[in-house]
Amino acid sequence: MHEKTVQQHAEALKKGEYSSVELTTHYLDRIKQHESLNAFITTTESQALEQAERADKRIQSGDATTLTGIPIAQKDIFCTKGVLTTCGSKILEGFISPYDATVITKINDQGMVMLGKTNMDEFAMGSSNETSFYGPVQNPWDTGKVPGGSSGGSASAVAARLAPVASATDTGGSIRQPAAFCGLTGIKPSYGRVSRYGMIAFASSLDQAGIITRNAEDAALMLQAMSGFDARDSTSLDLEVPDYMATLEDSIAGKTIGLPKEFFGDGVDSAVADAIQLAIRELEALGAKTVEVELPNSEVGIPCYYVLAPAEASSNLSRFDGVRYGFRAGEYDDLNDMYEQTRAEGFGEEVQRRIMIGTYVLSSGYYDAYYIKAQKLRRMISDDFTRAFQKCDLIAGPTTPGTAFPLADKNDDPVAMYLNDIFTNSVNLAGLPGISVGAGLDEAGLPIGLHLIGKYLDESTILNVAHQYQKVTDWHLKAPGGFA
Amino acid sequence: MSITSDQITHIARLARLKTDPEKSEYYAAQLTRIMNLVEQMNQIDIGDTEPMSHPQDAGLRLRADAVTAEDQREDFQSIAPNAKDGLYLVPKVIE
Repeated sequence: MHEKTVQQHAEALKKGEYSSVELTTHYLDRIKQHESLNAFITTTESQALEQAERADKRIQSGDATTLTGIPIAQKDIFCTKGVLTTCGSKILEGFISPYDATVITKINDQGMVMLGKTNMDEFAMGSSNETSFYGPVQNPWDTGKVPGGSSGGSASAVAARLAPVASATDTGGSIRQPAAFCGLTGIKPSYGRVSRYGMIAFASSLDQAGIITRNAEDAALMLQAMSGFDARDSTSLDLEVPDYMATLEDSIAGKTIGLPKEFFGDGVDSAVADAIQLAIRELEALGAKTVEVELPNSEVGIPCYYVLAPAEASSNLSRFDGVRYGFRAGEYDDLNDMYEQTRAEGFGEEVQRRIMIGTYVLSSGYYDAYYIKAQKLRRMISDDFTRAFQKCDLIAGPTTPGTAFPLADKNDDPVAMYLNDIFTNSVNLAGLPGISVGAGLDEAGLPIGLHLIGKYLDESTILNVAHQYQKVTDWHLKAPGGFA
Repeated sequence: MSITSDQITHIARLARLKTDPEKSEYYAAQLTRIMNLVEQMNQIDIGDTEPMSHPQDAGLRLRADAVTAEDQREDFQSIAPNAKDGLYLVPKVIE
């Protein structure tokens, strides 16, 4: 059963080939069987089986949607009522959320079945899933390699066929980079498209929820269900959501793909560069045209991001003080000491590092030199994309400079870790939609991701191009050995 | 540039993070490296560009100042580290 995609499960459930309870039980068994991947922080077996029973009744009574009865893994950044929600941190120890995130509500309303909460880098700060308080996650393609991050548990779970789909979030590449490392399809929609309500905040002007699936068709189906205006998110867009499924089969003949020369430089591994060139040839064979574009400020995307994201994080994470929920230190002298001990014991090293960077760049005397300067650069980076899109319909390049790296390889070097997101984080700075799709394997058999960036609010084009690419290639059909 | 362990002690206090001389030394070395990465911003001539705080300059939407949520105090306090009689308990601040 687990070889099937979301769309295929939907058809099988509708035909009565198996029930949601049978399907859910199958996935729960697989999660147990592959526990060593550490993809889940919490599994919600009894709730899942209850949801599956309800879904089966809905299907029988003819009240089902396409997604009713299909299991999903939820990233542990989304608040889930009555279920432990940790964000990968010790500081949220014992936090049984009193409410559901809007994404969770929307998915529950479809009648989908939550299998559990997936592992992630602590507060989504990381590119390898190694900053999680709950331990690192293994990449099913090579269990000695990282699955990427921060949505590493979600990517590992879908790649290992422990779930047909998993929710994820992306602040600087946290959906697209793990999707690339695990041979999956991962879409980050435009900023404001999916509600952030109940999604634990890291950097509020960059955070965006999305989805990790096995193909673009499933991504379109899921994004449709998750998107839309939410009055409870002050930056939610009050705009109609396009019908993403309706344009998947459109021809891409005549579409212009921009190729920024900055994405094809020396820093990219030759296997990755070759695979991306081949992918572009495939798109040209489908009738797309290519044009060189310039993103001249993309090299300062990383420095700009590592001012703005920590600045926002230092503010957002001030709410974790050991008073209202989560962990509180065992020993302290007074109130101030309680805050300081709680935060020093409750946050991991990477989170403390970023809180300190953020505090520093916002502190008196440094605010203009760093924070305001980074905001100005953000506009320049955003304007570069606007100019590039005058010449093209979408932009293509590699998702990451290399493939999955060994566990513990970059732990001592935060700067080397940050450079992983070199092609992804400028997309968050500009608020644009981006998708990663599998486009090859390197000599070690590790997946390579093709990154497609769309115009603001134009998820349809990148989903369409990704789907048409997947119709003529089979990278998205490959499963890691032992998990087929 | 370089960040000193004294600066780390100051930043950590602002951020309410307990530190000690050894930790401050450690973080000073790491933040120095990160800030050297950040300094690459100075390569670019930013001229008189306006700062951008939100993608696509999307502003915050206002809403009516109306009560919309029901009272969930019991639910919220049931997960607090220390709450009693509807109050969150913390160390005494006024003698």
